Amino acid sequence: MSTLARKKGVGAVIWDYLTTVDHKKIAILYLIAGGIFFLAGGVEALLIRIQLAVPNNDFVVGGLYNQILTMHGTTMIFLAAMPLVFAMMNAVVPIQIGARDVAFPFLNALGFWLFFFGGVFLNCSWFLGGAPDAGWTSYASLSLESPGHGIDFYVLGLQISGFGTLIGGINFLVTIVTMRAPGMTYMRMPLFTWTTFVASALILFAFPPLTVGLILMMMDRLFGGNFFDPAAGGNTIIWEHLFWIFGHPEVYILVLPAFGIFSEIFATFSKKRLFGYSSMVFATVLIGFLGFMVWAHHMFTAGLGPVANAIFAVATMAIAVPTGIKIFNWLFTMWGGNIRFTTPMLYAVAFIPSFVMGGVTGVMNAAAAADYQYHDSYFVVAHFHYVIVGGVVFGLLAGAHYWWPKMFGKMLSEKLGKVTFWLFFIGFHLTFFIQHFLGLMGMPRRVFTYLPGQGWETGNLISTIGAFFMATATVVLLINIVVTTVKGKKADADAWGDGRTLEWAVASPPPEYNFAQTPLVRGLDAYWIEKMEGRKGLTPAEPLGDIHMPNPSILPFIISLGLFIAAFGFMYHKQHSWSLFVGIAGLLITLGSMFLRSVIDDHGFHIHKEEILEAENKGVKA
Amino acid sequence: MKKWLLNWRLFSLFSVMALLLAGCGKPFLSTLQPAGEVAHMQYSLMLLSTAIMVLVIIVVTIIFVYVVIRFRQRKGEEKKIPKQVEGSHKLEIIWTVIPILLLIILAVPTVSATFKLADVKPMNKEKRDKNTVVVNVRANLYWWEFEYPDYGIITSQDLVVPTNQRVYFNLKSSDVKHSFWIPAVGGKMDTNTENKNQFWLEFDQKAADKAGGIFYGKCAELCGPSHALMDFKVKALPRKEFDQWVEKMKHAKPVVTDPVAKQGEEIFNKSCIGCHAVTPVDKRPEQARTAPNLANFGDRERIAGILDHTEANLKKWLKDPNSVKPGNKMAGTYGNLTDEQINALTKYLMSLKVE
Repeated sequence: MSTLARKKGVGAVIWDYLTTVDHKKIAILYLIAGGIFFLAGGVEALLIRIQLAVPNNDFVVGGLYNQILTMHGTTMIFLAAMPLVFAMMNAVVPIQIGARDVAFPFLNALGFWLFFFGGVFLNCSWFLGGAPDAGWTSYASLSLESPGHGIDFYVLGLQISGFGTLIGGINFLVTIVTMRAPGMTYMRMPLFTWTTFVASALILFAFPPLTVGLILMMMDRLFGGNFFDPAAGGNTIIWEHLFWIFGHPEVYILVLPAFGIFSEIFATFSKKRLFGYSSMVFATVLIGFLGFMVWAHHMFTAGLGPVANAIFAVATMAIAVPTGIKIFNWLFTMWGGNIRFTTPMLYAVAFIPSFVMGGVTGVMNAAAAADYQYHDSYFVVAHFHYVIVGGVVFGLLAGAHYWWPKMFGKMLSEKLGKVTFWLFFIGFHLTFFIQHFLGLMGMPRRVFTYLPGQGWETGNLISTIGAFFMATATVVLLINIVVTTVKGKKADADAWGDGRTLEWAVASPPPEYNFAQTPLVRGLDAYWIEKMEGRKGLTPAEPLGDIHMPNPSILPFIISLGLFIAAFGFMYHKQHSWSLFVGIAGLLITLGSMFLRSVIDDHGFHIHKEEILEAENKGVKA
Repeated sequence: MKKWLLNWRLFSLFSVMALLLAGCGKPFLSTLQPAGEVAHMQYSLMLLSTAIMVLVIIVVTIIFVYVVIRFRQRKGEEKKIPKQVEGSHKLEIIWTVIPILLLIILAVPTVSATFKLADVKPMNKEKRDKNTVVVNVRANLYWWEFEYPDYGIITSQDLVVPTNQRVYFNLKSSDVKHSFWIPAVGGKMDTNTENKNQFWLEFDQKAADKAGGIFYGKCAELCGPSHALMDFKVKALPRKEFDQWVEKMKHAKPVVTDPVAKQGEEIFNKSCIGCHAVTPVDKRPEQARTAPNLANFGDRERIAGILDHTEANLKKWLKDPNSVKPGNKMAGTYGNLTDEQINALTKYLMSLKVE
């Protein structure tokens, strides 16, 4: 059986993607699904900004506005940023460490489909009686008060997609620990691999508290529990703790991989090795560790008392130190370099001042006594958008442009890429800078309207105009993708010509097996070392031989589909008694598929030496 | 110097100043125009932290701009490979130690202010001074109740406080979580559903004069469809006037003379009195007080917290509450009223005054 490139029909391609366990195809699935959710979240953001453009507007009011606001936050964090980060990790990390796939290819596919069905389930709420409306934080007293099924969609949808994320995180931990090529010691790993490693560890510890919180809330909403009902001895503050013990590390789960992407890009386009590599690794680990020590700074006004507030204030400030180390290391990576301003590099360069602004307002927020003013005002909205957009979204856009040729084999248009960048960059600052001042001038967060005469008109109008710049940028990006797909220039293996890490040594897109021979890694920036010594390829660590590959499987899809059905069943069980059976049937589908997976022997298959030789020769000629 | 140049300079100076002042927001609402001890303490922390942070930004920006311009690729240098530098211990230590020092400069006043703002010992019930003013704030779905336990009076929507002294607050919520925030006067504190939070604020007389005697209050925690409309107002009075107000409130009773208002009173007593009280001395337990106390409704700043205080707006509110505040708890509790009934009710409600 030959699985190597051959023209296929549309149906066959779809089936291929439904059953694939190849990390590169899963990366594309994550990219497409995350991209679509990113567009949905973007449209929601536009609706919000249109409503707030002028005082007393009635475009989307009250409950509907709250639904849009909730879905904007939830979608952007869980359904756009997380999967897009996973897209980058899947596309790059196994190749960066010289592996042929992740440790658990089957689980990798399962992780994607769980995320996907969770996200689809959550968005079904729009068509089935209304979306969740208690904010992405879904604080317990409000979310228990919320009528309809909106919050149920939130609880069950996030639970399902959260399982997917947890599985993905564990998979990358194991992959990085066990699958590194010979010579790839920890201190030779590229920084994107390092940040993936730390972010995966954060996922491992941060998602379980969310799972617990969601289960408690599911019990309260659907099965008569009283965990968050003070009248029955419950306590809503517990939800806040559980949510933020997850929620704060979540920020680092998103931003650390973005830091990794920037580290790769700075080094590549400055043609210099990363300045202070070991302190960058140290800073990454330290940020990950401290990320778990600061959650209560989201609750400074909840009444925890001065002792707790003071401790968490100081702990939060401490995070600025390793983050500062990173910023200066990036600056000094460029220092003395030969900087090429490609589109990914533009994002990376623009990231520094943008993210520093978000970082310093973070330190301002950490000053607990002053935070009583900032908390839940537009100042905070400005702060976290500076961090998430200026850090994570810039990182993802940079990474997408940087690795696009590697993933798809074609170069995105640099001209359109730069147009996208400038529109997005200007729009971003236009939208969010002014919001700092709106907050300081007394504008609370999450308001659907405001009265005239409070001094907020100009600021809000400017902010809305900025949002349209970002929307235009996104449209240009989409045009770029379409144009590239239709008639893009074919990319070389070392697509940018300055690649340093292993992924640039294999063809674009890489063959199914990544490396014909597992490479021998001889130092940091393994491919750069080989190039500097005048070699074309990598030093192999093994003779050419048959390569063992995992079989594709439809089971991950079916397991996830079962949970999707089960969630509907359990959600409606109070209205319709038969609905409970739907729920049980869904669980049976899931458990049945898991049973099948356990009992059927699946030994995978081999790609034979001759096929590899043939493919490699073709690749060289092309 | 030419005259036009001078004029132009003055003009630009004034426009910059105007921009700065406009940038500080309204005196009744902005945290940048602090109107009391708490707000001042927080404002100075803001200034300190902003100064440190701007310093950081300036340093980063200078290095950033220099690097990006100086080390950009020039024509003909495409192939040049720069020196591969590993790092520098000296530099790394510098940019680790300096931030730590900056953070210590910020951390010390932060911790000190955090403890100062949490000092609510004077509101201890047993040892409470006679002059100490304590207000029980109870947040409800889209309205605020203010109870003065030492005076036995209750009001809602418009908080009345004495100036130039610390006022202590007990904060709680009776349904979902809200947050009590008077931006110009001080930071916010949440009203939780399971416990009572306590803090204090001080209202400065001079700032109150500048703000026109009224500060704006906001709900700062998402609480449902009308979260954006859950405003309240704060009347800050000199202590003497505050004491007079308390006396008036203690003895306030509705006095109805106008015949139309009398009609309104009858309708009110039939349809509204189950939830709304019309005397400030409301002895019912708080669970029974499910709607705002209306004893001084005629003196209020706003209808339903957000509309201008006019008869037309009151009629609009009574006719269709959901059109004003979506998701409020009053809509649908009193059946349909005819225009005539609404007119009568309006007359009656507007006549409820203590001042």
